[in-house]
Amino acid sequence: MRPVRFNINAKTANIADAIGAPPPGFAGEGFFTTKMSDVVGLARKNSLWPLPFATSCCGIEFMATMASHYDLSRFGAERVGFSPRQCDLLMVMGTISKKMGPVLRQVYLQMAEPRWVMAVGACASSGGIFDTYSVLQGIDQVIPVDVYVPGCPPRPEAIIDGFMRIQDLVGQESIRRRNGEQYKALLNSYGIE
Amino acid sequence: MAITNSYIQEKLTEKFGEQVTNFEETYGMLSFESPKELNLKVLQFLYDEPTLSFQFMTDLTAVHYPNQTGRELAVVYHMHNLVENVRLRFKVYTDISTPDVFTASKLFEAANWMERETFDFFGINFVGHPNLKRVLNVDEMDYFPLRKEYPLEDQTRIDKDDEMFGRG
Repeated sequence: MRPVRFNINAKTANIADAIGAPPPGFAGEGFFTTKMSDVVGLARKNSLWPLPFATSCCGIEFMATMASHYDLSRFGAERVGFSPRQCDLLMVMGTISKKMGPVLRQVYLQMAEPRWVMAVGACASSGGIFDTYSVLQGIDQVIPVDVYVPGCPPRPEAIIDGFMRIQDLVGQESIRRRNGEQYKALLNSYGIE
Repeated sequence: MAITNSYIQEKLTEKFGEQVTNFEETYGMLSFESPKELNLKVLQFLYDEPTLSFQFMTDLTAVHYPNQTGRELAVVYHMHNLVENVRLRFKVYTDISTPDVFTASKLFEAANWMERETFDFFGINFVGHPNLKRVLNVDEMDYFPLRKEYPLEDQTRIDKDDEMFGRG
């Protein structure tokens, strides 16, 4: 028998950290000083515009995540954009076939910096059960991915957890990162100028 | 008058003699084969003959039989007589080294995309097809995925649980 494996080292998320804890700084009467980077991070992470790229069942879970019961808008992601020009978080949900690969890449290239990518579900992360000739074995073969959400499909809680991990990355990101050599090298490794 | 399978067989044998062979009836549906050079003549006869009038092509696909040397690839036509509601299956076999079969796209518009699909997955070269290129798979693909020449999964993968993918 194949042993069932549970995640025994699960990280418990701190809701206060995720949403609104103020950055470290110096406060006095009527003013508050802190780093620019922290303020920008705070603003960005609580006003992400997701672009859903839903191709199959994970997309249905995302619809539940957006709806009133789970309500992704609590995290500042009220506005789901359907134009890559306006969005900063690409959420790829579902099986991406090799023929869809260039389309996904095109959508990613059309997004303005700063942009983040979340691979939701087993198919987007690794090809999932579709270990076959026509399916892309994970979207990280064509575009860089920030957060992977496991599950087949993941429950809305898992998608929300992935979203909060994205928020952590966005909040902690230096405003200089996107101009750095390391980031350029990352994009070049995907053949993106 | 409902046409019966034996009547269809009789008409075909009358017209093509020994050329049409392997008549069999599975679950009430007639199937037979002919040499691949005759495929258009047979389809045209089935279409034109007033008592048969198989004028609707339901399906066109191929099958790969890797063990039948010299006749590895079978092209299968599914025909339908809409008036009598009778269906039949017509096969032609071809060698895998020269998979040339005449196109049926001049007879049936429906055959156009189905032949492209069959070319895409089995590499049947439909002679005379107006636009024979891949329709479902990526254009860069350099093999025919539904031929039984390859293992189903990529054997070099290490990042997935082998036991779940038949490599264990």
